[in-house]
Amino acid sequence: MKLHLKIWRQKNGEEAGKFVSYELPDVDEGSSFLEMLDIMNEQLVGKGEQPVAFDHDCREGICGMCSLVINGEAHGPQRATTACQLHMRHFKDGDTITIEPWRAKAFPVVKDLIVDRTAFDKVIQAGGFVTARTGSAQDANATPIPKPIADKAMDAAACIGCGACVAACPNGSAMLFTSAKAGHLNLLPQGQAEKDQRVMKMVSAMDDAGFGNCTNYGECQAVCPKEITLDFIAKMNRDYAVARVRNFFNHAC
Amino acid sequence: MSTTKPCHIPSLVKKYLMAISGLVLVLFIIGHMLGNLQFFLGPDVINAYAFHLHHLPGAPVTLWLIRGSLLAFLAIHVWMAVLLTKENRAARPESYLGQKTLASTYASRTMPVTGVLILAFIVFHILQYTTRVVPEHYNETIGTAMIEVGHVPLEYFDVFAMMVSGFSSPIISLFYIVTMALLCMHLSHGVASMFQSVGLRNEAWRYKLKCLAAVFGWVIFLGFASIPASVLAGFGKDYLAEKQAAWAGAAPAAETPAAHH
Repeated sequence: MKLHLKIWRQKNGEEAGKFVSYELPDVDEGSSFLEMLDIMNEQLVGKGEQPVAFDHDCREGICGMCSLVINGEAHGPQRATTACQLHMRHFKDGDTITIEPWRAKAFPVVKDLIVDRTAFDKVIQAGGFVTARTGSAQDANATPIPKPIADKAMDAAACIGCGACVAACPNGSAMLFTSAKAGHLNLLPQGQAEKDQRVMKMVSAMDDAGFGNCTNYGECQAVCPKEITLDFIAKMNRDYAVARVRNFFNHAC
Repeated sequence: MSTTKPCHIPSLVKKYLMAISGLVLVLFIIGHMLGNLQFFLGPDVINAYAFHLHHLPGAPVTLWLIRGSLLAFLAIHVWMAVLLTKENRAARPESYLGQKTLASTYASRTMPVTGVLILAFIVFHILQYTTRVVPEHYNETIGTAMIEVGHVPLEYFDVFAMMVSGFSSPIISLFYIVTMALLCMHLSHGVASMFQSVGLRNEAWRYKLKCLAAVFGWVIFLGFASIPASVLAGFGKDYLAEKQAAWAGAAPAAETPAAHH
């Protein structure tokens, strides 16, 4: 298939970027989106031009590295699919495809299609963990967890931290990511001890990183490759309110 | 330990304030609409209602307390909206080429716009019917009507005539109806959204709340817009003409009001 690509090229964070057009005369329908970019880059290198820089790692849809906005949609047109798992058969011969980086103040462009997602690390460092000595593995079922709770925690834990939620949000909000990470641990018995502190610190880190606020658009849920729902945002709103009230009264007495 | 810097309102607290102030305003709107609908029960009912509203137990302190707190909640709502919108724009400085909308509704994306227009309406509305200074001269001709309070007849400002006179202007009536349509949009997102903001929503309830909010928006729209619409259609015209003739006769100093068409 023949494709016309419009790709965002930006030398570095300081310089302004622009769209550059590329023609790909022969792309296999069976190739993945990232393989298509590999083919294009080989051609660019062959011509002595700079290849297009883009993030990628596992190419199995589980690492969260790929971060492309394809035709105005984070991860492209397929629901519940990362860009690396998107295949060219979902496009038509002669299509024009626009490829852009995540756009958010908290995710500055490093080069071309690569953005700096350190802001997510800051949120995780603020509370996305359980402070406990792990030691050797304990007996299975030593800590009973009801099945529905385990399932729900697993749904949240499925978040791969790709940042599509931020990219799709017209407010550049990281609520879906932060709520999945906080909700995952807050649901489980191991996370209870630090529940209040976790949610307060993670929200604070999220605000400090320059993410926007949630206005309940629902765009994040629509693009999430792991189908994380707004339920976790509602849960975080709930947990945060309880944590603030409890924190207030703990200080008062 | 404190997790917030001084003078910095956490994002979630801003959303709680938005939701709670919104809820108070929604409750006020319901009450206001039910009060207004007594217009259709005739001059005696709505004039007596107006009297009772202005003579609540503990008046005028209670009245000013209610007005003050409503204005305070409105101020919080607007203040939070300004902060949130400013931050949101800063957090997402650039848009995508061929930006796609997958889930958000038109109403949700236009909340700041409908909000500002509704705020402008509230200012006009208070100037027109509370302080009665705009439009010029429209209520100078409004006199009093007889009402009965606890079987005691007394003279009181004729609110029914004021409403008919005010809405006799097609431009003003149209402005009211259009703003109520905007309010319907604002509520169709806001009423569902406030549940999410305070954490009282889940996937099972999301759709139900969305429908509920849309129905609520329509009820508010129809309830409020029915009044200017019915005045435009001629409701209360005869009553106003009759009263104006009587007021003109009672006070010969006042100019004869223009006849109503």
